[in-house]
Amino acid sequence: MLLEIEHVNKSYWDDKQQVHFPVFSDVMISINENQFVSILGPSGCGKSTLLSMIAGLEETTEGTIKLNREPISGPGPDRGMVFQQPSLLPWLNVKENILFPIKKRFKKKEAEEQAAYFLQLVQLDKFQHHYIHELSGGMQQRVAIARALAMNPKILLMDEPFAALDEQTRENLQDKLLAIWQKKKKTILFVTHSIKEALILSDRVIVMGTNPGRIISDVNINLSRPRKREDEQIIILEKKIRKLLKNEVNKALKDVWSNEFQNA
Amino acid sequence: MNFKMLSKQLLFLVFFITIWQLVYSIGIFEAIVFPSPKNVAFALYNGFSSGDFLIALGASFKHLLLGITTALFIGTVIGLILGKSKVANETAGMYLIGMQSIPSIVWVPLAIMLFGFTESSVVFVVVLGGTFVMALQVRSAIQNISPQLVRAAKTMGVNGIELFYRVEIPAGMPHYITGIRLAWAFSWRALMAGELLSNGPGLGYSLRYAQDYARMDQVIAIIIVIGVIGATVDHGIFSKIERNVMKRWGLLKQ
Ligand SMILES: Nc1ncnc2c1ncn2[C@@H]1O[C@H](COP(=O)(O)OP(=O)(O)OP(=O)(O)O)[C@@H](O)[C@H]1O
Ligand SMILES: [Mg+2]
Repeated sequence: MLLEIEHVNKSYWDDKQQVHFPVFSDVMISINENQFVSILGPSGCGKSTLLSMIAGLEETTEGTIKLNREPISGPGPDRGMVFQQPSLLPWLNVKENILFPIKKRFKKKEAEEQAAYFLQLVQLDKFQHHYIHELSGGMQQRVAIARALAMNPKILLMDEPFAALDEQTRENLQDKLLAIWQKKKKTILFVTHSIKEALILSDRVIVMGTNPGRIISDVNINLSRPRKREDEQIIILEKKIRKLLKNEVNKALKDVWSNEFQNA
Repeated sequence: MNFKMLSKQLLFLVFFITIWQLVYSIGIFEAIVFPSPKNVAFALYNGFSSGDFLIALGASFKHLLLGITTALFIGTVIGLILGKSKVANETAGMYLIGMQSIPSIVWVPLAIMLFGFTESSVVFVVVLGGTFVMALQVRSAIQNISPQLVRAAKTMGVNGIELFYRVEIPAGMPHYITGIRLAWAFSWRALMAGELLSNGPGLGYSLRYAQDYARMDQVIAIIIVIGVIGATVDHGIFSKIERNVMKRWGLLKQ
């Protein structure tokens, strides 16, 4: 097991109402090396929070997360993160951004080669001297992906990396990510709202629910690759998961409405 | 485009001097309080050719440089402490804004009582003129660092002192540049206030000296020098640097 999430609870202290606000409870996930795992779930169920905890940016309220049997105690370059919101350094150009995490850890030549390789992989070598604000949102996301990959982490944590992109770009990047994953033997934990995306990409789909946040389903996707988006089995699975999620989303919305109602 | 702007500005200058000359020729004011453009031009020329202005300028720039480097240093330290420590900011943040709102000329009597009519008291006033703006800017630089960038850097194994100089310092750069520009502007004003009431040398002192001898032509000549230097440094140097930094940091769309 590369990553073990054991009985993890997370709650935040709500200062206004003076109560613990639970995000999720008793989350158990084990991920093997080279596995591509997707997490699906309604907004607010704690997907980003979970990734932050694996990244070591936040602490668990209860339970432990282990990487290679070692409990995680803080952030580190063995876990590469692609955030939901763009997190590139605006004063550096594209290439310098990719070099940022590796130039102190790798030898200069090695770092340069690594950066050049991943720049080409995400097809941004022509833009390597551009500054971040000169790029489109999709290009920025590609830089972030290349930066995380160039660190050569044991596990790649990706939080809705393609959410802001148009469908063509998104599908194109999905294919690229798969190619990288296969070629470089990566372990990937991938958060998405798109059931289709999860099914195209992953070996395994974890579905989370809300109120309280928890895992409601953990499905192995034993379909051969490359997968087709119109594949019959994918469509059947998509319907199944959609139904599962629909109940959860309805539940989440109902809670929001009733809260608003009470506050009004 | 630039040439067009320049010619408009020159035209305005010619127009202004013409009106000035006209008013002078009509003779409503006594010549002693209203010199002609020619007299002022002579005063300028004499001031520079005799070396008087250069000596005064040299002294002024010495005060300014000494004062502003000290101001930038102290301001940065205060700003860092207030930006980094919530307790310090809650304790002293209000007073910093209070200090910044005090016009620098107010410090002159205090400086004279402390240091007498010396160059030290001029430098002291310059320091007080620049320190607080710089501190305020450094504080906002620290407070406005995007927490998301810090989180991202941490996941890339960048921590502690490395985080400070590879992320926090560059992230605050636009604020520091603004701080330096403002510190310069405030210090320049403070310098003149301090020198006016000093025993020289310096541009402000020369100004008062000219006043004591009722040399309105020299007074105006020196005011022109002060204005030209102020505008040149602000527009020619700091605003340009500031624009470039803002552009590079993506804070300026163009
Ligand atoms: N720092 C925090 N303090 C208090 N509550 C927080 C904090 N961070 C997240 N939360 C709460 O935790 C819950 C889960 O948030 P999270 O961002 O993990 O959701 P998510 O599943 O990623 O949602 P989305 O799909 O919209 O990105 C939300 O209800 C949110 O309000
Ligand atoms: Mg999220």
